[in-house]
Amino acid sequence: MASQNPIAPSPGAGIYGGSVFANVVQAPEDPILGVTVAYNKDPSPVKVNLGVGAYRTEEGKPLVLNVVRRAEQLLVNDPSRVKEYLPITGLADFNKLSAKLIFGADSPAIQEIRVATVQCLSGTGSLRVGGEFLARHYHERTIYIPQPTWGNHPKVFTLAGLSVKTYRYYDPTTRGLNFEGLLADLSAAPPGAIVLLHACAHNPTGVDPTLDQWEQIRLLMRSKGLLPFFDSAYQGFASGNLDADAQSVRMFVADGGECLTAQSYAKNMGLYGERVGALSIVCKSADVATRVESQLKLVIRPMYSNPPIHGASIVATILKDRELYHEWTIELKAMADRIINMRQQLFDALRARGTPGDWSHIIKQIGMFTFTGLNTEQVTFMTKEYHIYMTSDGRISMAGLSSKTVPHLVDAIHAAVTRMK
Amino acid sequence: MASALALVALSAPFFRAVPLPENSMFQRIGAEKKHGNPLFKGKDFRRVSMTVSVNVSRFEGVTMAPPDPILGVSEAFRVDTNDLKLNLGVGAYRTEELQPYVLNVVKKAEKLMLERGENKEYLPIEGLAAFNKVTAELLFGADNSVIQEGRVATIQGLSGTGSLRLAAAFIQRYFPDAKALISSPTWGNHKNIFNDARVPWSEYRYYDPRTVGLDFDGMVADIKAAPDGSFVLLHGCAHNPTGIDPTPEQWEKIADVIQEKNHIPFFDVAYQGFASGSLDADAYSVRLFVKRGFELLVAQSYSKNLGLYAERIGAINVVCSSSDAGTRVKSQLKRLARPMYSNPPVHGARIVANVVGDPILFNEWKQEMELMAGRIKNVRQRLYENLSQKDKSGKDWSFVLKQIGMFSYTGLHKAQSDHMTDKWHIYMTKDGRISLAGLSLSKCEYLADAIIDSFHNVD
Repeated sequence: MASQNPIAPSPGAGIYGGSVFANVVQAPEDPILGVTVAYNKDPSPVKVNLGVGAYRTEEGKPLVLNVVRRAEQLLVNDPSRVKEYLPITGLADFNKLSAKLIFGADSPAIQEIRVATVQCLSGTGSLRVGGEFLARHYHERTIYIPQPTWGNHPKVFTLAGLSVKTYRYYDPTTRGLNFEGLLADLSAAPPGAIVLLHACAHNPTGVDPTLDQWEQIRLLMRSKGLLPFFDSAYQGFASGNLDADAQSVRMFVADGGECLTAQSYAKNMGLYGERVGALSIVCKSADVATRVESQLKLVIRPMYSNPPIHGASIVATILKDRELYHEWTIELKAMADRIINMRQQLFDALRARGTPGDWSHIIKQIGMFTFTGLNTEQVTFMTKEYHIYMTSDGRISMAGLSSKTVPHLVDAIHAAVTRMK
Repeated sequence: MASALALVALSAPFFRAVPLPENSMFQRIGAEKKHGNPLFKGKDFRRVSMTVSVNVSRFEGVTMAPPDPILGVSEAFRVDTNDLKLNLGVGAYRTEELQPYVLNVVKKAEKLMLERGENKEYLPIEGLAAFNKVTAELLFGADNSVIQEGRVATIQGLSGTGSLRLAAAFIQRYFPDAKALISSPTWGNHKNIFNDARVPWSEYRYYDPRTVGLDFDGMVADIKAAPDGSFVLLHGCAHNPTGIDPTPEQWEKIADVIQEKNHIPFFDVAYQGFASGSLDADAYSVRLFVKRGFELLVAQSYSKNLGLYAERIGAINVVCSSSDAGTRVKSQLKRLARPMYSNPPVHGARIVANVVGDPILFNEWKQEMELMAGRIKNVRQRLYENLSQKDKSGKDWSFVLKQIGMFSYTGLHKAQSDHMTDKWHIYMTKDGRISLAGLSLSKCEYLADAIIDSFHNVD
């Protein structure tokens, strides 16, 4: 942005048409969130929103979990509750419980008090705070992110002060993992570089390494001293099992090494708008963890002082109560199962329709999103002719599909694939 | 051999925490190979770090950060066992019984929200539309031309801090040569916010210890001396930490010099309604500048006036000369929020929208706010009376009445403030600031004794 002398604020004066903000141009709509904006504007009765990753019921409605409603009742009706500032690091109970959830209650890192955990604003906030911390205190300021990755990742890390490079991840020919490319690119990374890893349910592709492949990744990264930074936005939501979805993270922690983990409760507890998450930094020693925590506070204080209480209280209430926790795992599995069901339905319907192509990736990929393999032109066509809203990279949110809307989507995909190449 | 290398590695300066670089972040990215870490030389450390990486933390060089100066006060208070102890460090309202206070209207709003069973979907990046509408109307007045003409870009922010930080990031990006002017003293976190946002700042004189009042001439001179087009951070009302606000006449003159220098006013409004008890009266300074035609920024917080501290609810408002500029500015503020936290928390925003948007709750709120502000005025009055009656030296204690809001600068210096704690078990910040919100009528006499003793008997 070219700098300019701000002009006189009084109306009528000044060279640039009377505004100090004359050089501020209109920013484009966020590509992901912009999909919902466009969807909302569309008057068509058959429109389907497969853009943003928020869970929908079979009826196409947003869902607030029963356990969340119950926890909220308890909180709102508790006369002793106050709204005093949380500590900079957030709600202590929430932090402890979150660390246990992702690392496992028996994790040596937790037993040895070597984990610095701070409550942050969902996944995004955790990534940003972690990035800022690394930019200030870590000697390697390059982070490697998978190609492709969530659209917001590069912006978060760039603004945090890191320089962003990519490693190969998705193979369009197999619609699966480019494992050779991944290993090659991480091998070529400078020692000590930071590597962003999606803990499970890779966004946008839905393609995850197998456990064997994770082990190979771990060995490679440890041999090169690469620093893992996990983005865990779907624990429990991907497979339906909280422990299974945390395997990759726990594998790395089990070897005694250090890592960062950003957790989000947006999807697995349906707490999207409450902005609940946590950043954990697993350190070599308790002493280091204490110092690291103190420096995390210096990142947070000038950003927003301390985090919001409501969502974190809901999470803590659920995690610490045996019965609520159990009920949560059931509701979580139901959401994951519905998505797996949608995958199967879509796959079966495309096969039945005889739509050209191998669509098995739909049932192989995991989590909320499917990377269809459709190109930008095909996507634009589907939006225009069939009112299907999705991101231009061909990603669809399975959570936005229902048995009712699968046929319409199949029509759209079939038309796109047969009429446009 | 490995342990010797480990020792070398531990003592190697590169492990030390690196201070924030002076140059712009955007220049630094990609240039780290050239500029690198100024504290290390050569490539040998990398081989060393690989050899010892198994045993030594990558974060070994991270030093312990100093504790927050304000929060540390409450910590010390907590461990004091003396019956007479008093916490005047707290920046949160307390009742006469010195208990935290959740407003009745807030409880009502939360119950309503629970009954309605609203969903928890992501808010748009700019926040809850209903909240953004009422917050701008509350600040500027619903009938204000800037609202009527759609010239205000409003983004929901994470209370005052988050709103200030978005604004600072915006300034850094679009006015990279501009600096911020902040009062001396000001809220401690202002500097941190501008530092982290990479906006250079300097101070303008504000507090005059001789009068325990405003150094108005110094303030005007320093604003005048600053480079044209600076962003002048002004406290809308109830200046923190001094409690000293300019008079209406002084505000006019401040506006004059800002206009003369083509500066941009940047208001921090954390106490609207909480200072005087009147929402409109406390918005006087902001509305004056708006009337005079300035483009300006205003950060708002609902922490104190609605007691929503932990919900983190506020807003950044940018008044522009046209609605087109407002639209563009809003789009760019969104671009800064997205990589910071994506979209803001919904709970506090809904509470505010429900309270301000409902005439009955809104009126009830105004009454509760008058009670809170009233209680603070009462303790000021009682403290003043106690000080005047008990102090025989003839010192003028009227600044206690003239200052406004939650905080007061007592005029006590560090040694005297320490004495307040050491002898009297009264906890306050070292700059002589006390929080009237933490004072009850029943403790005013004790406080008066302590202040008089510290003032006269400690050098």
